[in-house]
Amino acid sequence: MTAPRIRLVVTLAVLAGLALLPPVSAALGQDFYVDLFTRIMIFAIAAVSLDLILGFGGMVSFGHAAYLGIGSYAVGILAYYHIDNGYLQFGTAIAASALIALFIGWVSLRTSGVYFIMITLAFGQMIYFLGESVNQFGGDNGLNIERHSDFAAFLSLDRPVTLYYFVFAWLALCLGLGWRLVESRFGMVIRGAKSNETRMVALGFHTFRYKLVAFVIAGAMAGVAGALLANLTLFLSPSIMHWTRSGEIMMMVILGGMGTLIGPVLGAIAYLVLENALSGFTEHWQAILGPFLVLVVIFSKTGLLGAAGAWRTKSTHA
Amino acid sequence: MIVIVVAEQVLNGVQFGITLFLMAAGLTLIFGVMNLVNLAHGSLYMIGAFIAAATFNAVHSFLLAILAALVGTAAVGIVIEVVVFRSLYQRDHLDQVLATFGLILFFNEAVRMIWGATALYAQVPQFLSGQVEVLPGVPYPAYRLAIIGVGLVVALAIYLLVMRTRIGMLIRAGASDRTMVAALGVNITLLYTAVFGLGAALAALSGALAGPIFTVESGMGDDLLILAFVVIVIGGIGSIRGAFIAAVLVGVVDTIGRAFLRPLFALFMSGFAADNAGPAVASMLIYVLMATVLFFRPEGLFPRAKR
Repeated sequence: MTAPRIRLVVTLAVLAGLALLPPVSAALGQDFYVDLFTRIMIFAIAAVSLDLILGFGGMVSFGHAAYLGIGSYAVGILAYYHIDNGYLQFGTAIAASALIALFIGWVSLRTSGVYFIMITLAFGQMIYFLGESVNQFGGDNGLNIERHSDFAAFLSLDRPVTLYYFVFAWLALCLGLGWRLVESRFGMVIRGAKSNETRMVALGFHTFRYKLVAFVIAGAMAGVAGALLANLTLFLSPSIMHWTRSGEIMMMVILGGMGTLIGPVLGAIAYLVLENALSGFTEHWQAILGPFLVLVVIFSKTGLLGAAGAWRTKSTHA
Repeated sequence: MIVIVVAEQVLNGVQFGITLFLMAAGLTLIFGVMNLVNLAHGSLYMIGAFIAAATFNAVHSFLLAILAALVGTAAVGIVIEVVVFRSLYQRDHLDQVLATFGLILFFNEAVRMIWGATALYAQVPQFLSGQVEVLPGVPYPAYRLAIIGVGLVVALAIYLLVMRTRIGMLIRAGASDRTMVAALGVNITLLYTAVFGLGAALAALSGALAGPIFTVESGMGDDLLILAFVVIVIGGIGSIRGAFIAAVLVGVVDTIGRAFLRPLFALFMSGFAADNAGPAVASMLIYVLMATVLFFRPEGLFPRAKR
């Protein structure tokens, strides 16, 4: 099998597995997994969105958790004023995160390399501190959200399983959208700019505009993840925007394999399942997770998906 | 009256800037010379603060506590340089960011395992616990003045070390062409380890001095690390002089903003709006400063000369 074929098979298998998870866990009497995997899929959406600019576009944005926060706060603040309409809440979340991504991208994309990492990090921290200091919406204590987003009678997010499939649908949508995007002419320009920007410019492409649009799409997608997260936790906290959260999302991308669409999903599953298993095993789980991540970076270049591919190649050659 | 308050806050800002400079100096050396993005630098600051506080509580000698922090943290720094960073120098910045992010998780947890989850209490030593009259009618804590003094001396020493000595020359040469310096018979691997140990010791000094002012707790270096990055990016990566100027600038802007923005806003807004907007704008001020500097000078105030 060729690499794209493998990725397609893995993608379909993962989506099928996720689709079957609620009935299986209900049959086993382990409802806890529905909650865990709702959370995992939300972070998978955030990781996929980051990979669109990081893996395909080579833009190392270290402030991606900011959009997660903006999406969350859009839902939370509207709910605070008793505006529960889900279409309005999600619309606002997408519009707000896209708009802020437009501004951040417009400034940040003028720099490159390590300066780009640092300036996106600084913008992320700026928004984190904004959330922390506005006492009207809870400040650093956070704020409870009283109701789920209201999508009229036929879709009640109060039921965990409904919320699960709602998130699942968004994940599938984002993957589909991402696939259409990277395979399009637009996606080719972005990938071309990653491997050799000077050449793309010489070919007559205004790469800045293309990168900015990709940056905005990624921001909006992470905003959706934030809106979903607010619905899962029913709590608003600036801590979801802290820079270490951006680091975690980036970790998921690398762990799964960047520059692929299903890689970040695998990475989110691996990272959060590992975190969950380790924290059940010892309260000092970070002392194990940390060195594990260091080893992953030192010994692997391609993430889980690449490791699976390498293993398959080795076994067929044996 | 207003003069006293302003003078006091400016001094607080300078003192905070000096703390930042000690962090940023090591960071900018490691970044500029070895081209390594080290997020775990904040962890070294934290380790320094913990060792100093624990030693002080055990033996009640401030100088011994500082010494223990310097030596202990430099040792930790050298160990992680040898074990982890040597395989990261040739990798791209993304890999370095991620590996050092893993180190942060580890060190934050390790500190919790050794010293417990509650914050450690660090004291100002007896001989620096008083006040000094810096201007007629303006008393100022002696300890904070001492930090400013130590910082200035260290800043001068690092500047002389890097710009005026043979070792400094080798460090700078290594930054421009590692292979050539190695070909001339210099043990560049050892030199890098030494620079890293020096950076770790500077971070430890910063943490040990800041301990009695801030809280000594797990994760205390994480936010300061970001500020130190802001400082070296504003100053220009690899520039000691830039780091010093930017550190003081950031320290003063941040402190003044936090102290005076709320009352300033209250002059022309309702008290409630000022209570919300004041702290919000104050906490974003230095990031606005950084974005502005990068907008006009994408490589910072003191960019490295083009090769």
